[in-house]
Amino acid sequence: MHFDAFDRYHEKSSFLHGLDPRVKVLVTVIYIVSNTLLPDAAWYSFVSAWIFLIAANLLSQLGIEYTFKRSIIALPFALVAITVLFSIPGKPISTFQFLMWDLTITDAGLLRFVSILIRSWLSVQMAILLVAVTRFPDLIHALEHLRVPAILTTIIAFLYRYLFVLTDEVLRLIRARESRSAAVAGQRSGGGVAWRAKIAGNMAGQLFLRSYERSERIYNAMLSRGYSGHLYTLNPHEMKQRDYFVTAFAIAAISIVQLIGRL
Amino acid sequence: MHFSPVPLHIPDGFLSIMVSIICWVITIITLGIAISKTNKALGEKQVPLMGVMAAFIFAAQMINFPVAGGTSGHLLGGALAAIVLGPWAGMLVMTAVVAVQGLLFQDGGLLVMGANILNMGLVTAAIGYGLYRSAAGRSKVVKLSVAGVAAWLSVMAGALFTALQLWLSGTSQLGIVIPAMLGIHALIGLGEAFITVAALSFILQVRPDLLGEGSESAKGGRGWILAGGLIALAVVLISPLASGDPDGLERVAINMGFIDAGLDASYQVIPDYTLPFLGETALSTIVAGVIGIFVVGAVVVLIGRGMRAKA
Repeated sequence: MHFDAFDRYHEKSSFLHGLDPRVKVLVTVIYIVSNTLLPDAAWYSFVSAWIFLIAANLLSQLGIEYTFKRSIIALPFALVAITVLFSIPGKPISTFQFLMWDLTITDAGLLRFVSILIRSWLSVQMAILLVAVTRFPDLIHALEHLRVPAILTTIIAFLYRYLFVLTDEVLRLIRARESRSAAVAGQRSGGGVAWRAKIAGNMAGQLFLRSYERSERIYNAMLSRGYSGHLYTLNPHEMKQRDYFVTAFAIAAISIVQLIGRL
Repeated sequence: MHFSPVPLHIPDGFLSIMVSIICWVITIITLGIAISKTNKALGEKQVPLMGVMAAFIFAAQMINFPVAGGTSGHLLGGALAAIVLGPWAGMLVMTAVVAVQGLLFQDGGLLVMGANILNMGLVTAAIGYGLYRSAAGRSKVVKLSVAGVAAWLSVMAGALFTALQLWLSGTSQLGIVIPAMLGIHALIGLGEAFITVAALSFILQVRPDLLGEGSESAKGGRGWILAGGLIALAVVLISPLASGDPDGLERVAINMGFIDAGLDASYQVIPDYTLPFLGETALSTIVAGVIGIFVVGAVVVLIGRGMRAKA
């Protein structure tokens, strides 16, 4: 497996790709906070926040449908919000029976449900865009600049570095299980659920030991190359004038989105 | 390449700003302690180990086994990580896992990451390790069965915390979200328990030194037993209470101002933004936050005492 098998980064040379990663992280977080703060049914704000997102999409050379397609991933979670349809008092819109309950959808409930979905949908897309235009190591480096403790960013960097290595390991384990799980057509092979769980557990234990021993080798290799507890990067990450300008502009735009929602 | 989605990863937009912030505060305080503890206890040697272990948890979540009807069981790993690496290191490892799931795969949001780390990393590690620690020095069978119960309860605790946060944010109704979340996770937790027990018994067989007397896993203080026990008690007490009599819990929360804290913050404090953070609701929010911090602080102090008593 190639080292960037999990990367969501898209190699392009757009305006957004060239920005300092700190700016991108900061603006993304501010944008998400702003979405969370918007009141229910602030339609004009939702639309202007969406325009902000589209503008960012256009600046990224990825096209506006890229984040849209990937945003479907967060959709199943909408299930947990379904109860607000019925639980917020308001004018009844429609009543129906589900199993043993009489459920009444209220107008206030519907507004809140739709608002939650829109907020989430906009925020998820911005986060998708962030990792599509920022290399993950740059992202980690930006977090370090933004005062995330070094021990955490280093663990995350290692996780990222060895994720594909251990995924290969898992795939080998799974392939080994498959190759030993022959079955006569129409008959199930192996034992019951508990037996299968035990096999999966053994695989997890095996993976743990392989990872553990690998980490010892890695540490020895790093020591022999002069590791003293710090990771260095060649990327200097300097804020340019353009970065400050973009930050100011984005904050102003997001403030306007907030204002629209309050007027 | 697919990762099985875990219904505990809350995306952005589902939690109110105040609930998100309170969760971040609790998470940051706990992580701060975890970092200072691990920095003291472990050398720089442990950083690569924890990094690779985080990748291990990530990869281990891909190992699944068919259960029935197209569903499959798989690992979350919080309890396992805390048991084999020790509680503080386990928390850091799980934090890295949740962070990468949110950052790289959008499996869980950014603003709500504090909540996700709390639910899937800190709570699961505390309860998983706490209960396992209570079986220290017992026979292998007792240890493994306790680990199984701990793993199951860790998933339930994560689900309970998630449900409570969704409810405080006004996203879900308590009487529905708790039975639904806990019902689903009672099953998911079984998979977690089976895999955790099997993995531990495998490790005990092949490398018993990793879980023996001198290992990180044996060094946690007795305070963990208390912390784990308290969370377990909360799961056991609150869940039936909330499912059977949601109004009861709701009334308690209203009396204590928690509902205002979570729910109103998102659309009442900020709309009156002439005086943000001075309104009545904001005060109650802050009070609720402070109560939360005190609770965490109390637990932490107890843990610290337990550790000192042992040392």
